[in-house]
Amino acid sequence: MEKLIILIVVILGAIAIAQLVRVYEISAKLRKTGEHEITSRDNNLNAKMMLGFMFALFISFIYLMATYGWTGRGIAASVEGKETDWLLNLNFVIIIMIFFFTNFLLFFFTYKYVRKPGVKAFYYPHNNKLEMLWTVVPAIVLAVIIILGLKTWNDLVAPTGKEAIRVELFSKQFDWTARYAGQDNTLGKYDYKLTTDNNELALLTTNTIDSAINNMMNGSNGISKIQKLLNNRDTILNDSTSNALRQDLSRKERLYRLLAQMKANHNAKLDASAWDDIIQKDTLVLCKGVQYEISLRAKDVIHSAYFLHMRAQMNAVPGMPTRLKFTPSMTTEEMRKVKNNPSFNYILMCNKICGGAHYKMKMVVVVKDKAAYKAWIASKKKETFKDKYFPAAAPAAPVAAMADTTMAN
Amino acid sequence: MASVAHEGHGHDHHGDHHHHEENFISKYIFSQDHKMIGKQFLMTAVFMGIVAMILSILFRIQLAWPGESSDFLSFFLGEKWAPNGVLKEDMYLGLVTIHGTIMVFFLLTGGLSGTFSNMLIPLQLGARDMASGFLNMLSYWFFFLSSILMLVSLFVESGPAMAGWTIYPPLSALPQAVSGSGLGMTLWLFSMTIFIASSLIGSLNYIVTVINLRTQGMTMTRMPLTIWAFFVTAILGVLSFPVLLSAALLLVMDRLAGTSFYLSDIIVGGEMLANHGGSPLLYQHLFWFLGHPEVYIVLLPALGLSSEIIATNARKPIFGYKAMIGSILAIGFLSFIVWGHHMFVTGMNPFLGSVFVFTTLLIAIPSAVKVFNYLTTLWKGSLILTPAMLFAIGLVSTFITGGVTGIILADSALDIALHDTYFVVAHFHIVMGMSAVFGMFAGVYHWFPKMFGRMMNTRLGYAHFWITLVGAYGVFFPMHFVGLAGAPRRYYDYSVYADFDSASGDMMMDLNIVITMFAIIAALGQLLFLFNFFYSIFRGPKAPQNPWNSNTLEWTTPVEHVHGNWPGALPEVHRWPYDYSKPGADTDFIPQDVPLAEGEEEH
Repeated sequence: MEKLIILIVVILGAIAIAQLVRVYEISAKLRKTGEHEITSRDNNLNAKMMLGFMFALFISFIYLMATYGWTGRGIAASVEGKETDWLLNLNFVIIIMIFFFTNFLLFFFTYKYVRKPGVKAFYYPHNNKLEMLWTVVPAIVLAVIIILGLKTWNDLVAPTGKEAIRVELFSKQFDWTARYAGQDNTLGKYDYKLTTDNNELALLTTNTIDSAINNMMNGSNGISKIQKLLNNRDTILNDSTSNALRQDLSRKERLYRLLAQMKANHNAKLDASAWDDIIQKDTLVLCKGVQYEISLRAKDVIHSAYFLHMRAQMNAVPGMPTRLKFTPSMTTEEMRKVKNNPSFNYILMCNKICGGAHYKMKMVVVVKDKAAYKAWIASKKKETFKDKYFPAAAPAAPVAAMADTTMAN
Repeated sequence: MASVAHEGHGHDHHGDHHHHEENFISKYIFSQDHKMIGKQFLMTAVFMGIVAMILSILFRIQLAWPGESSDFLSFFLGEKWAPNGVLKEDMYLGLVTIHGTIMVFFLLTGGLSGTFSNMLIPLQLGARDMASGFLNMLSYWFFFLSSILMLVSLFVESGPAMAGWTIYPPLSALPQAVSGSGLGMTLWLFSMTIFIASSLIGSLNYIVTVINLRTQGMTMTRMPLTIWAFFVTAILGVLSFPVLLSAALLLVMDRLAGTSFYLSDIIVGGEMLANHGGSPLLYQHLFWFLGHPEVYIVLLPALGLSSEIIATNARKPIFGYKAMIGSILAIGFLSFIVWGHHMFVTGMNPFLGSVFVFTTLLIAIPSAVKVFNYLTTLWKGSLILTPAMLFAIGLVSTFITGGVTGIILADSALDIALHDTYFVVAHFHIVMGMSAVFGMFAGVYHWFPKMFGRMMNTRLGYAHFWITLVGAYGVFFPMHFVGLAGAPRRYYDYSVYADFDSASGDMMMDLNIVITMFAIIAALGQLLFLFNFFYSIFRGPKAPQNPWNSNTLEWTTPVEHVHGNWPGALPEVHRWPYDYSKPGADTDFIPQDVPLAEGEEEH
């Protein structure tokens, strides 16, 4: 295949150069008239080609639409997506009409008014009425577009009620992790400094603070290890290594102090909301017909949660919580039937450049109907954050669930 | 140059200093003559454009045939970046990033506005030179230096910048996140800093020249639309580029001095950073405060050039001259209050989003005015389809085609599902890339006789136009459909779709092959231009003084360039530049320096 492409490139290049020489020879003969004087023949030929190009452009546009569908992506799989698709279609009708109309005028005028012997151009410098017309008409069309657009936008970004299910999507190079809020529908608070091997999502509980402090002090690259290295009289470190170690040490000591502060100010009542959270990798399972309030977090660089089929997207920004919401309206099974493709799956993709493997950063999304979803979530009951990572921790005090999802920090 | 500023009063004393012999270095290298500096900008930009075009072909090959070995790739990238002829993921991002950077800044900003502002402002205004010839020279050499640095960054061991041409931190701030954020990004930042200095010096010079050095009778409302476009472009540059500099400077501090302007709560490469309190959104606001006016810095000169070319070759006055000026000013003003439409899904306050929807969609009004004015200019004209005219008409077409999709992307509710997909890529390549490139080609074909005193080959020009038009539409038109199917931009390989939606995946792969084919054809078509351009510089037929029977002042200068542009007195202006086919006149054009005839009314 590759060789074929190179061959085609070479052939096209050769043709191009041959044409180039030939064209030059032909035009050299005609040079008697001078390059700035365009002959009627050239003029008319180009005018006809302009008209021909217009038809080619229009026909290929219609062909592409017919082949790949009106908008190429199939029907929306969320309540909100249905609304935006309706608006998108309306806008497409408007802009496609403008596209055909103005391009037609452009190419048709080029064809029609090409210079003809004896016909002088019409001196027509301005006409206030016409200019008014094409200021006011676009303004009216745009007013409609703006009003409809903002109405939809306001719906899409309005806060959700308490009944919306809370899910967090945690992003890092190059995968997604979901966290369900558990029984209380409240996501546990977090702080990035609490990240340890046992607590990848940095959830905030009394135990995780202790283990983070312990890790910072005694971990494999912890403070005591670095101090030991720096103070070891038997080894001689070169300048750059010892500088790097010192910098590392001072950064870790700073983080250590912050962790100690956190421990001193920690309210143990918050633990419960984190303990019952369910951490879910590989697949995001959602329930049809239920509104989701999705919080987004990024560990390293900006990522973007792009639910193509639900028409939902929001960036995940390090150090700044963001959110999106949608209500799945079709189960995966239903969509498979519509698409006539038994292996189809909804997908969550990363849509903000985040490094080399950006294109592979995705998570399968499965939408189940209510019964199937209930069964699935029941099967996860014994897989809470506490059960999986800190089974020995003191049982959580039974604190009433609070709808407050603002994060610590 | 002080004597230049007083032109129009006494003309007698400058005959002497035009005849001094210039040596090679002061004439061709460290020249302070605006015509030579314009040509230097053009040459540098053409070279940078070729580089960026080759980069795009390299990554288009990967997109069309992912994972297949290509001799073309291994030839250009070697074993390090294309082992066995297969592009590396990191280098793919590097190619995309540098392609975007060079095209936007070095070709379409430096090349378009740098070339034609320098060339045409003094000539069309009736000035001897720019206000400051020395600063003008400095502006070019800063541009040259920044071009070199950008090219050098392609060759460093850890690779060029890889965070996309918008270089959003934290990705661009953390070498642990991607290898290009090491030395490559440092070079990118230094190159752009120098570029911004070049742009600022140039722009200030253009503004001062337009305000102060217009010849007798050249009122603001008698200036050609080209000059209006360059003038507003320069103002946009002066007001917005410093903001990019501040964004870059803060990024440099975050990278080198350990500050936290853009960084907060980050763990990267297993390392917990202590930075806290910064905001990546701050960078995005600063970047797009330049980034959006930048679109019009690229586009307005192209629209200005095409206004002039369409009027000349339609043998008709441009329709609605004052409305055209008004729309340039309106676009210039609005371009400063729309930057947030790049940030609807970044976590910016949704209310702010609504405001930006409103202001952004307003830009469609002056744009529509421009389009309809072009159409009315063509209506009942007597069109002479020179290659320049064809490119100018092509520009109007791409301005429409790319512009209408902007209406969708400006609508925040619709942008959610299209943001950062190929739909966006198609949109801005057509409306900004193609339009500006077409404007640049139109300008080169039209003013080549003025630049080099020779004519380009018309037939080769036609062939070049048709290949470029078909090729460019062939690349970017199907791209809309790839985007609508939901293909995110900056993906290395779209065959990942096979895992979950094979139908969409097949469509993307099919269209990607079509797109790459057209891209290769369009790129080969540029060989015709390059051949024609360089051949004609040396061997093209001698140009007559006013080959297109045009009204503007540059065609009253002699074909052989002289220092100071006019050998004798500066011309005086008596009329607007668009008296084409005026009833009652003997010829179908009346140059601006011809006094009004008895009883003749100004337009």
